[in-house]
Amino acid sequence: MKVLEEKHKLATRWFHWINFPILTLMIASGMLIYWSYDPYRIGLGDITLFHFFPDWFYDATHIDHKLAYGMALHFLFAWIFSFNGLAYVTYTVVSGEWRELAPEKKSFAEALQVVKHDMGLKVPLPPQGRYNAAQRITYSAIVVMGGLSLLTGLAIYKPAQLSWLTALLGGYEWARWEHFWLTMSYLGFFGIHIGQVIRAGWANFRSMICGYDVADATPEVKTHAG
Amino acid sequence: MPAEKLTPEQEIARRTRRSFMVMGGAAAAGLAGFGMLNAGSAAEGDIPPALRGVLGFNERVVRTALFSDNHLAKTYPASEIGKIKANGDVGIDEPLDPAAWHLEIVPFGASQPAGKLTMDDVRALPRFEETIDFKCVEGWSTVTQFAGARLADFTAKFAPGSEKADCVGMRTPDEEYYVGLDMPSALHPQTLLAYEMNGAPLNDQHGAPLRLVIPVKYGIKNIKRIGRIEYTNKRPDDYWAERGYDWYAGL
Repeated sequence: MKVLEEKHKLATRWFHWINFPILTLMIASGMLIYWSYDPYRIGLGDITLFHFFPDWFYDATHIDHKLAYGMALHFLFAWIFSFNGLAYVTYTVVSGEWRELAPEKKSFAEALQVVKHDMGLKVPLPPQGRYNAAQRITYSAIVVMGGLSLLTGLAIYKPAQLSWLTALLGGYEWARWEHFWLTMSYLGFFGIHIGQVIRAGWANFRSMICGYDVADATPEVKTHAG
Repeated sequence: MPAEKLTPEQEIARRTRRSFMVMGGAAAAGLAGFGMLNAGSAAEGDIPPALRGVLGFNERVVRTALFSDNHLAKTYPASEIGKIKANGDVGIDEPLDPAAWHLEIVPFGASQPAGKLTMDDVRALPRFEETIDFKCVEGWSTVTQFAGARLADFTAKFAPGSEKADCVGMRTPDEEYYVGLDMPSALHPQTLLAYEMNGAPLNDQHGAPLRLVIPVKYGIKNIKRIGRIEYTNKRPDDYWAERGYDWYAGL
């Protein structure tokens, strides 16, 4: 017999789906800001493998000469990004759901098994709760990174009024560097995340939209019925 | 007649439809909101009024909750001084005639300049030296040493009582470049009327004979070649604020 099984709480889904467009806007407006001073690259010494960003990228995206507009957008959506993130963390702690999310001691060894399995190696998946070990680590890391984006952002935004914070993060220039690479990491996460969601299929994606999946009834569910 | 019970498949289809409708509604509301942010008429080059309002809100939050005279911009040893770019020549592109230069002051409540000062008047005030990280709104910064008189001392001496005004406005002699400052930032102890940079007299490119150095603001507020200082309750015009940037531009 089939039953509905709750996968994601309503609150979690709202926090997630609010964050998605807001983070997109933060990255987009951040690009408008970054354009006016774009020193970062992958390389060593005189050798540059990749400059963030090449001229063809600016030509294709037309993000040039929009610094003032970018700053205004960034300092508006930063409020929503921060409050949504803080509300999510508060909810996750208060509801106790953090227990299903935070990495456990065994998560790090298990995550390796998950990655091997996902890469097609014949490694069995360890038993898991709501999230597997790799998800526990990744989803927790992304929350911590969100907090770091807020802190490095504040350190760049008010380096005189919050000079202690700027100093803690290694100074003004390092804070901007950290802020940038956190952003690049989101884009890396996004690529893997989308790939995994596509692989997992429609039912998994649907559960993040409506909160439920259809599952085979287990004896426990039957005894709790009614 | 009892309602027919939905199968799990029907139930999840119903929930999925409902969730997509809610998401669609939320997305439409979000798009409409973003449209409203960008609506309204702004002067050529300026940002839309709603976004200007957001900057004003952020300014109030910062001025209420964060700004303090005790919060100082970090200072550096002279060994860390870098080579600062001369960004922007609006208002200083004509050669300076040092003999003709003077500084006009419009004290709080006056409508006309009350007097004309010379560099000797400014130099008579206590000299302060600071090595700070000069920050451009573009994102780069350079450690630079400046020396000059505190704007707070200058105000007390040449425009006593003007501290009561809300704002200070400054202009180049040709009135091409102009900035507006809130009074707390203007009276901040690190705010200088500078006449020396990196151990030498200020050169023309960097605003000789007298420029503003205000480390609690982006470089756009650090006006070069000051010709006039006015104390007022009305927010003075600001060159870059008219071009879309935050009027407050505080750090």
